[in-house]
Amino acid sequence: MIENILAPSVFATCLRLSTPYLFAGIGEMFGQRSGMLNLGVEGVMLMGAFFAHYVVLNTGSLLLGVIAALVVGLVMGVAIAFVNVTLKAEQGISGIGVYLFGLGMSELLFKTLVGTPRSVSGFPPLHIPVLSDIEFLGIGQIFFQHNLLVYVAFALVPISAYVLRRTPLGLMIRAVGQTPEAADAMGINVARVRYMTVIFGAMMAGLAGASLSIALLNVFQQNLTSGLGFIAIALVYFGRWRPVGVMSGALLFSFVNALQLQISAIGIDVPSEFAVMAPYVITIIALVFASKQTEKPTALTKPFDRGE
Amino acid sequence: MPSSNLRAFIDRLIDGLLPLLSLVAALAVASVLLIALNADVGQAYSALIEGAFGTQNAFAETLVKSIPVLFVAIGICVAFRANVINIGGEGQMIAGALAGTTATLALAGSPGWLIIIASLVAGFLAGALYGGLAGFLKAQFNVNEILSTIMLNQVAVQMMNFLLNGPLLDPSEQGLNHIPKTARIVAEAQLPRLVIGLPDGTALFDRTRLHYGLVIAILLAAAIYVLLWRTPIGYRIRAVGYNERASRYAGISVRRQMILSMFLAGGCAGLAGVVQVLGLQYRLQTDGSPGGFTANAGFNGIVAALFGGLNPIGAIPASILFGGLLVGAQNMQRDLGVPASLITAINGIVVVFVVSSQILIKWRGRRRLQQSTSRTEVAVENAVVAEQQV
Amino acid sequence: MNKRNLTLLLVVVAMLVLSALPIARAQDDVFRVAAVAPSATNDLAFSQSMFDALTLLKSEMGDGFDFVFQEGTFVVDDAAVALREWASSGEYDLIIAHGSQYGSIIEELAPEFPETSFAWGTDVNTFGLNNVFAYTAASDQGGFLNGAMAAYMSESGIIGVVGPIEVGDAKLYVDGFVAGAQAVNPDVQVLVNYIGSFSDVTLATEAANTFVSNGADILTGSAQMVTGAIAVAKDNGLLWFGTQASQADLAEGAGVMFQVYRWDVILKDMIEKIQGGTLGGEAYTITLANGGLQMVMGQAGN
Repeated sequence: MIENILAPSVFATCLRLSTPYLFAGIGEMFGQRSGMLNLGVEGVMLMGAFFAHYVVLNTGSLLLGVIAALVVGLVMGVAIAFVNVTLKAEQGISGIGVYLFGLGMSELLFKTLVGTPRSVSGFPPLHIPVLSDIEFLGIGQIFFQHNLLVYVAFALVPISAYVLRRTPLGLMIRAVGQTPEAADAMGINVARVRYMTVIFGAMMAGLAGASLSIALLNVFQQNLTSGLGFIAIALVYFGRWRPVGVMSGALLFSFVNALQLQISAIGIDVPSEFAVMAPYVITIIALVFASKQTEKPTALTKPFDRGE
Repeated sequence: MPSSNLRAFIDRLIDGLLPLLSLVAALAVASVLLIALNADVGQAYSALIEGAFGTQNAFAETLVKSIPVLFVAIGICVAFRANVINIGGEGQMIAGALAGTTATLALAGSPGWLIIIASLVAGFLAGALYGGLAGFLKAQFNVNEILSTIMLNQVAVQMMNFLLNGPLLDPSEQGLNHIPKTARIVAEAQLPRLVIGLPDGTALFDRTRLHYGLVIAILLAAAIYVLLWRTPIGYRIRAVGYNERASRYAGISVRRQMILSMFLAGGCAGLAGVVQVLGLQYRLQTDGSPGGFTANAGFNGIVAALFGGLNPIGAIPASILFGGLLVGAQNMQRDLGVPASLITAINGIVVVFVVSSQILIKWRGRRRLQQSTSRTEVAVENAVVAEQQV
Repeated sequence: MNKRNLTLLLVVVAMLVLSALPIARAQDDVFRVAAVAPSATNDLAFSQSMFDALTLLKSEMGDGFDFVFQEGTFVVDDAAVALREWASSGEYDLIIAHGSQYGSIIEELAPEFPETSFAWGTDVNTFGLNNVFAYTAASDQGGFLNGAMAAYMSESGIIGVVGPIEVGDAKLYVDGFVAGAQAVNPDVQVLVNYIGSFSDVTLATEAANTFVSNGADILTGSAQMVTGAIAVAKDNGLLWFGTQASQADLAEGAGVMFQVYRWDVILKDMIEKIQGGTLGGEAYTITLANGGLQMVMGQAGN
């Protein structure tokens, strides 16, 4: 029974499901570390997902699809940064605006340009030689038979941890998020750093969308993300603004989801409503027991003024 | 000095018109989308305005739409003033609606006024406890409220799906082909329709769906306004939001204010839920998604609250304007046959533009600040500093 | 209350005072229908089935028929606004509330407009009103056929079903499917997962993937979030059975059989009745027998 519930496929599903959360969450984390909350992740994801899917549908090129998602993220990132950094808009609300725009616009484009849900052949699973054949504990199946974007997402974790902790750029980002006044006094261009992080975050959100529409699901339809972007933001808080923390949150959340799917699949009778709410409840409970100390960027959501 | 008064008035007038100007600018940008879809722009916007404010019935629908938004917005004012970011309006609305409807159904047979009051209290308390839970988690375990309220929204939806499909399911709907909904509430428990008699003998909002929920919401706005600005409780809540550290030095329990503000915010959202049932739908039902019942009022309330300057009274016109936008947009879809998604996209553009225009108000405000020290924030700061010295 | 808010309030009031235009009643030979539906007209599912039916009628009846369609109205109360607006305009011969969640609106509205004909579904309840038609689909019938065929074709003996929430015609279809499968092969394992949402494509897709890893070789599902699950079937060389609308194009080589809702069959009857002066009071069920349910073969079914 237990080995059925904890079959290797459950862990593989968990890693796959984590992918969009990782892209979106890590991107969002950089923004928040520099003091910028982008509540519009979901909207950018939807636009990225649509354009990636649309380009692959028409060209068949996965590379172009990924590039399209990144470009959409870039464009929306510039707009978001302009509104939030330059115009100093209330970040919570502008984010809701970006979300609504992305939600409506992606559906509108889909409806006028594509019409009906169509599937593409997205990123195929890569069977990594030798490693994917390891049968011990199902390690091969769990870790080494995923599509390319899954590996990229997980590679992003150590890279971003390194950038944030060990590079001058990371130091600048953290300084801008903690004490923008001091950073400014040190000669750091606060606005420029924030533009960079917001744009990077939006590009990653676009990629998160692509990881759904041309890798995980291979379809696009209205509201494809269905709240996933908001969960990604929550996971940034869960992860206490650290890449490894974001990853732990994504894994925990996805694992409980994978588990509830498996429990239903093998015919254990749990009211589906409770199975569906389990990931949310467990994430909250996990936080209650997590460490109390927090590294929240003190300047989060606070626009920076150089004064008069 | 009359001339400076006049000047101040004109300044305020311009400030007040700025959001509207940005609204116009946003609609101008949105015209590009309309043109791309071969829609007649003039026709589209006249359909928008006509649909929202053009007839008595349209305006009544706008008000109906704004009622839950206003309830949530009032609560958001309290929470955001305490610097607690409550994204959980959706879940709190659902909690309020579930408890309120249960009370209504359980009390069937009692006098109408008793059912209504008991249901409102139940709805308020359920929303308040659900919101308070997030406040408690934040105060006690340092669980970020953005995270917990987003998660709790999902939990509430599934709880609603479970209850409406099980224990609360309409007894007449036990067949295979049913949807999750409660029984219809008795007629005495329904909030009366709001019809305003005019001096000339005619009646305003006759035969529309406008109900007394609007009156309750406006009274609540006034009450919360008084609470926030005329009582020590409100003073403490605002002080914590303005400067947490200084408040702590001043001996204010920050934790208690966090829980209290979430309790009140949740309660207001809970009322939104139960009033939606008592005044409009007469039963609680779901399509399985949160928006199916709440119409996203939990999120729209945040926008309306900020649009109204985090002031419960300001939230009234802001909610009505927002309600009008939503109702008018539906009319635009019906009249022109443009896709629903276009409306969503335009709403997004409007929100971004309006919020971006706030910087102009701030710039203008800063210029005036040197002349006047009447701004609330400054007053709070002075008060906190004064109390610190005691 | 500051001046800014006062200004806002004034503007709102001014907009109210603006106008109250009289409504022109169009009475001509064109049969006009207005319909509201919860999701998009291209959802390959419930909403599309009605949109396709009205489009078909339009192409058959030409100038004598016209319709307006409000899609994406998952907010129940928004549908109430639309329906009331249409009813009070007096321009429409038939007003359709396409979604069982709209039932209480019709119950409320129809008595106020006894001259207007309403139809709603899926349900069988006309509320005892003689200007309300109710319509429903015996989706368990096609479900039974799909299930029987699936059990017959399955080699592993394991079939996966992805459902939205456990209600309405989704439940009807799934129950029929399970019964059909077990009628052919009592030992067949039909794994059912209601994912708790009509919109979460990701969860529906992973539910399908979970079935695959548990040995399922045939998948089916109901509602608009199954598109990703169809892609899973296609990518893994499984077979797919569908319902509500034909998903054959999306499923390509994986699609076996689809139960398609042909609402036009009963709409035609309603239109005749209305033109003859009967505005409602009847409950319709589309079935395989009356042609309202059609089984359409996919590429893998030929």
